[in-house]
Amino acid sequence: MAGVSRIRLRDMTKDFPLKKDRSLVHLGAFGLALLLFPFLAQRISFIEHYLDVMVFVGIYSIVAMGLCLLMGYAGQISLGHASFFGLGAYISGVITAKYGINPWLCILLGMGVSAVVATIIGGPSLRLRGHYLAMATLAFCIIVTVVFNESIPWTGGPDGLAFIPGISIMGWALDSVLKYYYLVWTIVFLVLFLCLNIIRSRVGRALRSIHGSELAANALGVNVDKYKIYVFVFSAVVASIGGSLYAHYLNFINPASFDLFVSIKLLIMIILGGMHSLWGAVVGAALITFLSYEWLHFFEDAEVMIYGAIILIIVIFLPGGLVSVPAKVRGFWKRS
Amino acid sequence: MRTKCSIGRGAAFLVAAVLFAVFLVTPVMEVEAADPYKVGAVFSVTGRASFLGDPEKKTAVMLQEEINKKGGINGHPLELIVYDDEGDATKCALAVRKLITQDKVCAFIGPSLSGLSLAVLPEAEKHKIPMVSCAASYKIVTKDPETGEQWKWVFKTPQSDSMAVEAIYTHMKKNGISKIAVLSVTSGFGASGRSELLRLAPDFGMTILADEKYGPKDTDMTAQLTKIKGLAPQAIVNWSIGPTQVVVVRNWKELGMTKTPFYQSHGFGSRKNIELAAGAAEGVFCPLGACNIAEILPADAPQKKVTMEYLKAYKAKYNEGLSSFGGHAWDALSIVAKALEAVGPDKAKIRDYVETLTGFVGQHGVFNFSAKDHNGLTKEAFNMVVVKEGDWALAH
Amino acid sequence: MEEISFASQLLQYTITGVTIGSVYAMVAIGFNIIYNVTEAINFAQGEFVVLGGLVMVFFRVALNLPVVVSLPLTILVVTAAGILLDRLAIRPIREPSVLAMVIATIGAAFFIKGAAMFIWGKNPFDLPPFSGRNPISFLGAVVQPQGLWVVAFLAVVVVLLTLFFDRTMMGKALRACAVNANASSLVGINVRHMILVSFAMSAAIGALGGIVITPISLMEYDRGAMLAVKGFSACVLGGMGSFSGAVLGGLMIGLIESLGAGLVSSGYKDVFALMLLLLVLFARPSGLLGSVEVNKIKKF
Repeated sequence: MAGVSRIRLRDMTKDFPLKKDRSLVHLGAFGLALLLFPFLAQRISFIEHYLDVMVFVGIYSIVAMGLCLLMGYAGQISLGHASFFGLGAYISGVITAKYGINPWLCILLGMGVSAVVATIIGGPSLRLRGHYLAMATLAFCIIVTVVFNESIPWTGGPDGLAFIPGISIMGWALDSVLKYYYLVWTIVFLVLFLCLNIIRSRVGRALRSIHGSELAANALGVNVDKYKIYVFVFSAVVASIGGSLYAHYLNFINPASFDLFVSIKLLIMIILGGMHSLWGAVVGAALITFLSYEWLHFFEDAEVMIYGAIILIIVIFLPGGLVSVPAKVRGFWKRS
Repeated sequence: MRTKCSIGRGAAFLVAAVLFAVFLVTPVMEVEAADPYKVGAVFSVTGRASFLGDPEKKTAVMLQEEINKKGGINGHPLELIVYDDEGDATKCALAVRKLITQDKVCAFIGPSLSGLSLAVLPEAEKHKIPMVSCAASYKIVTKDPETGEQWKWVFKTPQSDSMAVEAIYTHMKKNGISKIAVLSVTSGFGASGRSELLRLAPDFGMTILADEKYGPKDTDMTAQLTKIKGLAPQAIVNWSIGPTQVVVVRNWKELGMTKTPFYQSHGFGSRKNIELAAGAAEGVFCPLGACNIAEILPADAPQKKVTMEYLKAYKAKYNEGLSSFGGHAWDALSIVAKALEAVGPDKAKIRDYVETLTGFVGQHGVFNFSAKDHNGLTKEAFNMVVVKEGDWALAH
Repeated sequence: MEEISFASQLLQYTITGVTIGSVYAMVAIGFNIIYNVTEAINFAQGEFVVLGGLVMVFFRVALNLPVVVSLPLTILVVTAAGILLDRLAIRPIREPSVLAMVIATIGAAFFIKGAAMFIWGKNPFDLPPFSGRNPISFLGAVVQPQGLWVVAFLAVVVVLLTLFFDRTMMGKALRACAVNANASSLVGINVRHMILVSFAMSAAIGALGGIVITPISLMEYDRGAMLAVKGFSACVLGGMGSFSGAVLGGLMIGLIESLGAGLVSSGYKDVFALMLLLLVLFARPSGLLGSVEVNKIKKF
């Protein structure tokens, strides 16, 4: 609640590179688990379907990691990331479906456009603080949704755009769930690796200092405005990649998949996962995706209620998000 | 602190794994007696399109119970697996793939929305499984609009929006109306109706003076109607579902525009809407399928019997009035059940059977499927109806 | 065919805009009360409006109680819901931060929406207007009697709140919390208690909004999110924490939507209001009537 902002010198001087080796171990274990998961899933009939869900977990993880860098590390809220997610999806979808241009080129184009839009929006918006920034990005999100809805000749309007072509690597079509699973999770892995490097670098330390106190960061010679825009653009570009992957996997897009509620869902993902950790973004994306697309189905009409209750319980009892659970368990162990 | 944190991250995955394991064991395997016929269904039961999916699910579940009470299909119980897509494309695609690969259904009905039907029909084609959509757009069954070629595995039961538009335009023409204003909601339902209204207007000599829109959760449409009032059209067509279609009629009445005839889409086809309009709906026209006007159908109409039975059963079970949309699910599931009865659970045979099914008396018309027409209805499936003294009456 | 002059059209757009804007303003006021004490945005504010409408339907239509009885009863029930929200979702948060509170209210919004769907189903409900449905003609435009009620209730809320914040001890304590919660607790104000009061008050105001708008727009379980977004926009446009700003913001957004839909394009009407909002924010980062100084102290 109200209080004087503290300068977190500790945060700024933390020596992160020392942890490198351990995090490599984590990355390795993570990669191995992902590599092996399909073999498990294909052999157990009632989780066969999980592979399909995992593709979407991967896509949302990509977007959530970018957002996590922006929110968890730089402390800037955004309710507009679903729009960058959508921008990538629509650029990929419309251009490949209508003009038959190579999907990979469209992914790059989507990234470029998202970067430009993010720079234009980010410049004036990131000078705003707190709820005002939330409102500005929220307004951007709604405006983009209206544009998707109204540009019917290109986007197909609220009915959506169907028959978007799939993606292929050198003529080898990624036309099965399994193949796409490996594509998406390879990209998740690359983005994760990139983000982990960023937060350990000078840039990462600068971002954390901004989160602590912009005033203090400025005083210490960090170019606050520049770094805020950098990370905003980076997260928008990452979201755009996620969007392109989404469009080429589902072969269908509609404005509802990229509206304000998706922005809020992304926010919930990183906060429930643990906002101050990139792993939190992945865990949060997995939790929310599985909850809303798979596990809560059983409850039928009570689904929304239970979804809300789960969010509440995690926010109330796990302020550090799901990633803080192991530390908590260990702490409990030691005490008893 | 630092070490704790890093171990924490690694162990987060342990927790994730545990969570996983917990949910792995939750789906309880049910043991069935005789091997049942499995049919899938995907409806937008909750969320933005629940106006469609809720009655569809209720109807399908009711029909399944009726069939099983009568001893199933040739002695096999009918197992209906219903998923709720919440109007969400991702969820819909996941549900359809789950029905196909995991639940191994022999056919599926739904989705409720045109957009989502287009989204999942490639799956039906790819996995060679019959799909009977409950959404309206003609695009769902038409693979190539130029040649009229139909998708091989995809059927649909609702009348196309174009038929509703044709019925409305024909009625207008008969009454000497040629200058109209179009109102639509910015959802999939409104957008597809709007595009058909604009597309077919030249064929009927209609001039569209205004093309106004509103959001699905808007509180008031007075502004749009005031603009239309200034343009003085001869009639207004509104295309929406949910509360907005009631509010817009009320605003029309309040603005004193009742001398300008008001046409609603078939989405208005529930007596609940007349009631909610609180008297304002008097004189509103709309095109309705037989199932919404069962009581006022002449006794010798071919659909009198099935529609009356459905109406009574639905009312008895759920204690609420019928909407236009439950009937689509009735038609879809009945057609699949009929195919199962005739040819058993073979996907290719079901498809072939449905494609040659003719004279099937359903809730929304008499279906005559063919290789050239996977919808099987004509615009005669719509009756123009007017609200008179708080109830439907056939319009002339 | 009816004729309508351009001037009458403009008047009609203005009347419509003010009516809708008044509801947005009520939601925005609700946001402000909680924001001032907690610095958090209560995303369940729209759900209070929905609850207000639906509970009123229960008392007024299902139990057929007169308005004078059902209105206070409804406000009582929804206020209780607001108190429960604070006790069950906000107070138990282990490490309260603004973001945690915001997410908790989002979770609560889902929960309330789900519960409303469970109790009332998915269909919309109607409420008889307070004084008939016969529209009043006025210079070629028409006014719905219920529209007058909406504006009147907004005026009553504004007057009562002004009196409350200026004249009562509790109102002054709430204002003190708004300036600085830590300092307030040092002078003996129970901040937790004030948070509870703020939730109760904004629930009551939200309920009132729902009660007056339902006869115009009907009410169903999932309308809350849209109202919350509009109310939040109004709140930010006017300047967070400022009550006159909330009223100004709400009316402006209502008017722009209505005039934009009538004069320019109804498909893009939501865009006009938000574009203006963005322009205002870029020029005045604290909204029209918000204080830059106050905004600097706020952590979030």
